[in-house]
Amino acid sequence: MNPQLVMYEEEYNHINVICERLSRDLNAKVVFLVDKNGQLINAQGATADIDTTSLASLTAGNVAAMGGLAKLIGESEFPNQYHEGIRDSLHMTIVGPRVVLVVIFDTKGTPPGLVRLRMKKAAAELTTIFDGLLQKTEQPGAGSPFAEITDDDIDNLFS
Amino acid sequence: MSFINYSSREINCKIVYYGPGLCGKTTNLQYVYAKTAAEAKGKMISLATETERTLFFDFLPLSLGEIRGFKTRFHLYTVPGQVFYDASRKLILKGVDGVVFVADSQIERMDANLESMENLKVNLAEQGFQLEKLPFVVQYNKRDLPNAASKEELHSLLNPRNVPEFEAVAPTGTGVFDTLKMTAKLVLSELRKDPR
Repeated sequence: MNPQLVMYEEEYNHINVICERLSRDLNAKVVFLVDKNGQLINAQGATADIDTTSLASLTAGNVAAMGGLAKLIGESEFPNQYHEGIRDSLHMTIVGPRVVLVVIFDTKGTPPGLVRLRMKKAAAELTTIFDGLLQKTEQPGAGSPFAEITDDDIDNLFS
Repeated sequence: MSFINYSSREINCKIVYYGPGLCGKTTNLQYVYAKTAAEAKGKMISLATETERTLFFDFLPLSLGEIRGFKTRFHLYTVPGQVFYDASRKLILKGVDGVVFVADSQIERMDANLESMENLKVNLAEQGFQLEKLPFVVQYNKRDLPNAASKEELHSLLNPRNVPEFEAVAPTGTGVFDTLKMTAKLVLSELRKDPR
């Protein structure tokens, strides 16, 4: 069972820079980063045209299903997936134990080989950040920001 | 597990609706979707077969408002209830923060309820969870049917630990929001604890 994912400002900004750069380098339509549980962590590019919440959930479902298939044939997982469409294509790369990097790009405009290469580099940088985040979460004093919430706070949500 | 984002000041939690085939998990989500204001919900996704049986999952994102400056978002999922979709059910339980068990009140479905409850425990254990340690609510659905078992009977079979339980008629909404609110409350109460 993975521990809770906690994202801090500093790491978030760093992730932003990496995803923005990847989006620019690949002339991508959208770049996004999703927790394997389906939570959206970061999205760059033409996100206004896309339902990013649904995209995150379906990405997680897809990665989970492919992971299940991989285990059936004796692999631990399939770290890379490529889906080719007529106009746009989608490439997914698994980052560390719990995150998925996804790039949606123009099938005719960007070579898939280049996408794969740049994603590999970005994934390595992102792995370092998420490893650091995990250590930070495990440090003493990194308690829940909700430690102080009261029953009234919770009840007020439903009033 | 929930995802706390200090940068965007959001907390995201995952609630899974579990239960035997045709018990009304999808109907619960459909009712919540229909009765929630547009600004508080996202698109509902149903990955279903041509005969509208859940194939992989239903998904409904909800925003509940703010607590201490953090936006609270809940992702509701259902599992496919049919026995042979067990591999898919396991996947949906990954990262779960709270579970609703939707029981079919019909006497004929008692074995299916018990089998599904056992299956839930086994599949949670495979993901490293113990049902006893998770926010957990039981819903007795289809209370309007003439062949429904008594609440006492359902309770003794399905809720020996006496977790919060609700009677429901999902298509008309009876008990649907009570179940969801209680589960969300239990999940948020759990966040008071240390995230590690």
